[in-house]
Amino acid sequence: MIELKDIEKRFGDNVVLKDVSVTMAERSVTALVGPSGGGKSTLLRCINLLELPNAGMVKIGEEELTFGTGRRVATGDIQRLRRQTGMVFQNFQLFPHRTAIENVMEGLTVVLKWPEAKARERAMELLEKVGMAAKADAWPATLSGGQQQRVAIARALAPSPRVLLCDEPTSALDPELAQEVVDVLDRLAEEGTTMVMATHDLRLASKVADEVIFLEAGVVVEKGPAAEVFGNPQRERTKRFIATLRHEQESAARHAG
Amino acid sequence: MPDWLQLMLNSLPTLLWAALLFTAPLTLLSFVLGLAVGLLTALARLFGAKPLVAIARFYVWIFRGTPLLVQLFLIFYGLPSAGILLDAFTAALIGFTLNIGAYSSEIIRAVIASVPRGQWEAAYSIGMTWSQAMRRTILPQAARTAVPPLSNTFISLVKDTSLAAAITVPEMFQAAQRIVATTYEPLILYIEAALLYLAMSSVLSALQVRLEERLNRYGGFLEARA
Repeated sequence: MIELKDIEKRFGDNVVLKDVSVTMAERSVTALVGPSGGGKSTLLRCINLLELPNAGMVKIGEEELTFGTGRRVATGDIQRLRRQTGMVFQNFQLFPHRTAIENVMEGLTVVLKWPEAKARERAMELLEKVGMAAKADAWPATLSGGQQQRVAIARALAPSPRVLLCDEPTSALDPELAQEVVDVLDRLAEEGTTMVMATHDLRLASKVADEVIFLEAGVVVEKGPAAEVFGNPQRERTKRFIATLRHEQESAARHAG
Repeated sequence: MPDWLQLMLNSLPTLLWAALLFTAPLTLLSFVLGLAVGLLTALARLFGAKPLVAIARFYVWIFRGTPLLVQLFLIFYGLPSAGILLDAFTAALIGFTLNIGAYSSEIIRAVIASVPRGQWEAAYSIGMTWSQAMRRTILPQAARTAVPPLSNTFISLVKDTSLAAAITVPEMFQAAQRIVATTYEPLILYIEAALLYLAMSSVLSALQVRLEERLNRYGGFLEARA
């Protein structure tokens, strides 16, 4: 289980998250949705501590860390918590100087000190899972965005994290390439991978997510099962937002067609 | 054979010997040591605590802001008055190393900073520590960007070693001066010395191209391609 309790995050005077408390069940997929600047990316990055909360508690499985004024958090503790997570970024962020398979092996050989052969075997399995085995020796620069993102998913999964965090995994991709990423994430969800994703891709959220958390101006406006939040939002604000997303997606589809 | 060509050929072994014994070792040693100093200085400025940043900035300020020749004179002729006596080669080596260190630290600082923040985050996200991220992810990418500007520094250094003649290092230019002293043919000898420096710089330029090609094997700088 992932638990965030009373998370507060400020950038200078700007309060990005205000007392956010949410829990995510093991083997569930949670979508963080909401307008840009609403805090969904920041909340996601507070889970693997790429952003350190100013206050609050982050718990992943057995590992737990509390933040607050005057409390110094040790780098080792941050790392221990972070190693429970894997992350997929909006712009893929593959290591450009390593081939696809080397990207996937990196966390295994460098961080977990696996022997090369064992890491290669595991990396190959993962590349097969995301449909990129044929491109194992390709340089990232020669891959399409969708292919890069699939390799990035394999890289994030390599050390068997307890949770896969996805930060706008499809928003840098055009619809066709986004679809191959959605398909991979959907398959992972069906296999029971715990995932939290910040997204404004309605197709991704409605297809893959079990739970939805709607964030605006740093607070949780609404949360619940995906079918309910998307099908019958309780709050007027959520309703409007989802209608806007639908409209955008439909007009994008029309233009693409 | 014309006299000028005869003179050039006769003096060639002497000049090449001086280049081999002094110019080349001085260049290579001070470049390698200078890069190490430059890397440490760059890391201090980028990631160090405040006093360390101040020391690094002070060092760069001094060695970029004063003439190399003056630095060499201070080390070789000045320091003995303070009780530090160095032989000419060591004095030159120290001077060039510190000079290269100051200049290269600025290049190294810039190329490390030029690696996108997302690469740090990607490295951290798979569990790397700061030093693992630095060694495995940031420095290899920074190194590629650094090749053209550092090649500039290196080629400048080859030519600047001629300044060591002024503090009695018998390197190639000083060997030319000595031959001039006995033959009274400055035009011919200094042209010959110039051609030899040009040849060395050209070899280095060619090596730079080879190195860039090697480092570019992984394709264009990675951009988000959708």
